[in-house]
Amino acid sequence: MKEIVIISGKGGTGKTSITAAFAALANKEAVLADCDVDAADMHLLLAPTARHTHPFYSGHRAEIVAANCSQCGKCVPLCRFDAITSGPDIKIIPSACEGCGVCVHECPQNAITFNEQRCGEWYQSDTRFGSLVHARLDIGAENSGKLVSLVRKEARNLALAEQRELILVDGPPGIGCPVIASITGADVVCIITEPTCSGQHDLQRLLALTKHFEIPTFLTVNKWDINPEMTATIQQEALKQGVKLLGTIPYDSEVTAAQVAAQTVVERGDNSAALAITVAWNNLYKHLKLINTTP
Amino acid sequence: MRLSPPQTTVQPMKLAIASGKGGTGKTTLAVALAQACLSPVHLLDCDVEEPNSHLFLTPHFSKKQPVTVAVPQIDETLCSHCGQCADFCQFNAIVALPKQTMIFSELCHSCGGCIRICPTNALTETDKPVGTIERGQCDHITLVKGTLDVGQAMSPPVIRAVKKQHDPKYLTIIDCPPGTSCPMITAVRDADFVLLVTEPTPFGLHDLTLAVETLRQLKLPFGVILNRCDIGDQGVVNYCHQESITIMLQIPDARQVAVAYSRGKGLLDALPDLKPQLQRLLNTISQSQQGGQI
Ligand code: SF4
Ligand code: SF4
Ligand code: SF4
Ligand code: SF4
Repeated sequence: MKEIVIISGKGGTGKTSITAAFAALANKEAVLADCDVDAADMHLLLAPTARHTHPFYSGHRAEIVAANCSQCGKCVPLCRFDAITSGPDIKIIPSACEGCGVCVHECPQNAITFNEQRCGEWYQSDTRFGSLVHARLDIGAENSGKLVSLVRKEARNLALAEQRELILVDGPPGIGCPVIASITGADVVCIITEPTCSGQHDLQRLLALTKHFEIPTFLTVNKWDINPEMTATIQQEALKQGVKLLGTIPYDSEVTAAQVAAQTVVERGDNSAALAITVAWNNLYKHLKLINTTP
Repeated sequence: MRLSPPQTTVQPMKLAIASGKGGTGKTTLAVALAQACLSPVHLLDCDVEEPNSHLFLTPHFSKKQPVTVAVPQIDETLCSHCGQCADFCQFNAIVALPKQTMIFSELCHSCGGCIRICPTNALTETDKPVGTIERGQCDHITLVKGTLDVGQAMSPPVIRAVKKQHDPKYLTIIDCPPGTSCPMITAVRDADFVLLVTEPTPFGLHDLTLAVETLRQLKLPFGVILNRCDIGDQGVVNYCHQESITIMLQIPDARQVAVAYSRGKGLLDALPDLKPQLQRLLNTISQSQQGGQI
């Protein structure tokens, strides 16, 4: 079984649209996973029906029980996250509490409760391209990294149960905690970038990250025709760093049109983006066969 | 460049530029607003995982300082292997084995709890670098840029370090990280006003609704900027209408914007006509801060 994680660094490079198109091209051979739990959008194109919904609990939140609090103020300076307001009425700001438990432990009156937090939900769903594991993080909830790890674990379980060869993961943006959680231990990473100064800049940081975790890395440049010279530069730099190129995808208004129609771009018949994405997928698929399978 | 005196004063305030979805033009807008501003302005790049504002400004960075977090270090000779620190740590950053206590500093949230709890004083705090902040000047714009070190998981400490550079004497524009989880909340938390940048597509709409819910929960005033307003569909406009959210500005989808962007040129290079509109936008927000209505 092989797990492919698709990431982009900066947002707006077309990562989700391309991942959904890959899902369509995988021809039901893959279990799909949406690890962009902070802003999960893949369901808008895949129209999943949830088979199972599970709550996601993670971490704790401190809360002062006013009746038991003597207003001694001891907890205020102990909180490293400035989550406890001083002043006449000592309170904990829920959105600022990191759930470290220091105040709970130190309160002389035992006036602080520490309950487990419901942080979101995750789902096992059916789509027209096969099973999808996805999730929704509650508003302002923390620990998206943990939810990402959970989604990946469940996708792997499902792939084993359904005897699928592939797991296709739509990864989160950035290079921090959720991205690290989404790529550690993956078989390959596929980066979707765009030929812009920002895209180029973020790509360097992403490549440093995939090198750090020693994961084979592939690259495709989306909207390459916005700046052909930069596309060429980006590809040359990537090649030098041992990245394999999957080809380029042109700017095509069909990508937005497909999104509006809740379709993947390859379901809209012949258009230049769909053709290029198909070529990229076939290249990726060929390379995958050459990579050793993880147990 | 000579600055003409401001027609109306924009009050010093903290204006956060955020978006649920990445790639909607948040950074280009933050930079253009700073450029359009008639008086000195501070631009805080809090998108520390992918700081990009400087690419459009070419500032001269004069100061670079490390951002560190305090993590525990252990003196094995003092440790009695009681395991209390590992039991206490909510983030599984300490693993206590019968003969060894291990600290995984990349999971540590720097709460200081384990140090307080250790009965033998075997734990002390040490500074671990997680990123850098740089300060630079470009005409009337002071740019503070935070960068998370590659391989580091937690961006909020770097975001907090950037925000500590806030100077209440100036209008401060905060370029926030995308999304609605801890990094975004750390960046917007104490803003006076938030501009949510989105685009009129189903993805844009879905992520906008999440960002709106987040800001409502944080009780922050906000408005929407619709970028590439002529692509996609009517979903965002209808949603804003239903929810009585003001669309404060619409920016057209011009090929010259995409091309300029790809070359590291800003929004105002491609659409110079936008400048007076951005100035009016700043004035409107400034007036709303003094009790006016938007
Ligand atoms: S330490 Fe306990 S009793 Fe004292 S102010 Fe905090 S919550 Fe109240
Ligand atoms: S649990 Fe930790 S972060 Fe939350 S209020 Fe208490 S000390 Fe602060
Ligand atoms: S400082 Fe807090 S988070 Fe860090 S290891 Fe100690 S208890 Fe855990
Ligand atoms: S609490 Fe102190 S003595 Fe106990 S295991 Fe941790 S470091 Fe060692």
